[in-house]
Amino acid sequence: MAFINLKKKEVQAKIVYYGPGRGGKTTNLEFIYKKYKSRIPTDMVAIKTHGDRTLFFDFLPFDIGTIKGYSVRMQLYTVPGQVKYNATRKLVLRGVDGIVFVADSMQLRREKNVLSLKNARENLAAYKKDLTKIPLVMQYNKRDLGEQGIPLLSVETLQQDLNADLNVPFFEASALEGKNVVETLKKIISLTMASLSKDLT
Amino acid sequence: MEYTLDQKQLDEIEAILQSDFIEMGVHCVLMIDMAGNIISSLDNGEVSFDIYSLAALAAGNFGAVSAMANMVGENEFSLLFHKGQDENLHFSRVTGEFLLITIFGKETSLGFLRLKVAEAIKKFETILQSS
Ligand SMILES: Nc1nc2c(ncn2[C@@H]2O[C@H](COP(=O)(O)OP(=O)(O)O)[C@@H](O)[C@H]2O)c(=O)[nH]1
Ligand SMILES: [Mg+2]
Repeated sequence: MAFINLKKKEVQAKIVYYGPGRGGKTTNLEFIYKKYKSRIPTDMVAIKTHGDRTLFFDFLPFDIGTIKGYSVRMQLYTVPGQVKYNATRKLVLRGVDGIVFVADSMQLRREKNVLSLKNARENLAAYKKDLTKIPLVMQYNKRDLGEQGIPLLSVETLQQDLNADLNVPFFEASALEGKNVVETLKKIISLTMASLSKDLT
Repeated sequence: MEYTLDQKQLDEIEAILQSDFIEMGVHCVLMIDMAGNIISSLDNGEVSFDIYSLAALAAGNFGAVSAMANMVGENEFSLLFHKGQDENLHFSRVTGEFLLITIFGKETSLGFLRLKVAEAIKKFETILQSS
């Protein structure tokens, strides 16, 4: 849950990029870091394996300026996507305020997306949180690969597989090219702020 | 992990961080929650790292160590200490929800710091119970 300091008029909230391994979560954060370097007072923290895979999490504190008189800082995290890292994935979800689910558009990854979303539900349930109630945005990533002739899942299929019952906002994106990365971020920030706004006086 | 802290509680927490740690020569002290949010933080004006990143790593680290404690059949390891050449890190749990992090140098002894932490935790518990 977010921490709201009424005296200092500060809000800190936690947004987690979730999804299957290699789907593009870290690439989203890297793009945000490059684009908004001036608003990020530090290097991106990345706890990685030798093979450059996310081991624990990536972290980016993102100062988004003033909303309703509050200075708002969004703490952006990614989880490690690999199945074997569920214990650490669960730790990162602790106190989450909003989730971006980064799905891999490659046809090969269809099953992995579905399993990862199921895993998100289970891990949230362990914290007595409900995926259907938390601010959530779907990102269908790697759309650029279609141009290279790599078979992609259609947006309809992705919607059917992942978003049929959730019915949350979605974006077609290319984290590598930066397409719709910022739009995804803006959407999750506004949903998260809306859900917090009842606590801001 | 729902909690709310009112202004009076936050002021009291900050006053303790100042009097019991910064004035005793500790370089930096933070109270964070287990999600990695900073509740209150103070330093001696010479700190150059990003405290938000530190808080995120500390919460993750403490969570990881707690999970390991469960695996080996311990309830938890309630404190952690990392010794460096010049700077030392000390983490201690405050009630179930919060973590106190202190960063201190050679001029502060671990024994003294532990005493201060133990005293402060008692005071924090009183403050937190009043909500
Ligand atoms: N073509 C393409 N490749 C991408 C895109 N996003 C990520 N990648 C690549 O996919 C791989 C895994 O990305 P990464 O961000 O590490 O995935 P994570 O495991 O979800 O953090 C890397 O080689 C990225 O360069 C994208 O939008 N398009
Ligand atoms: Mg990654």
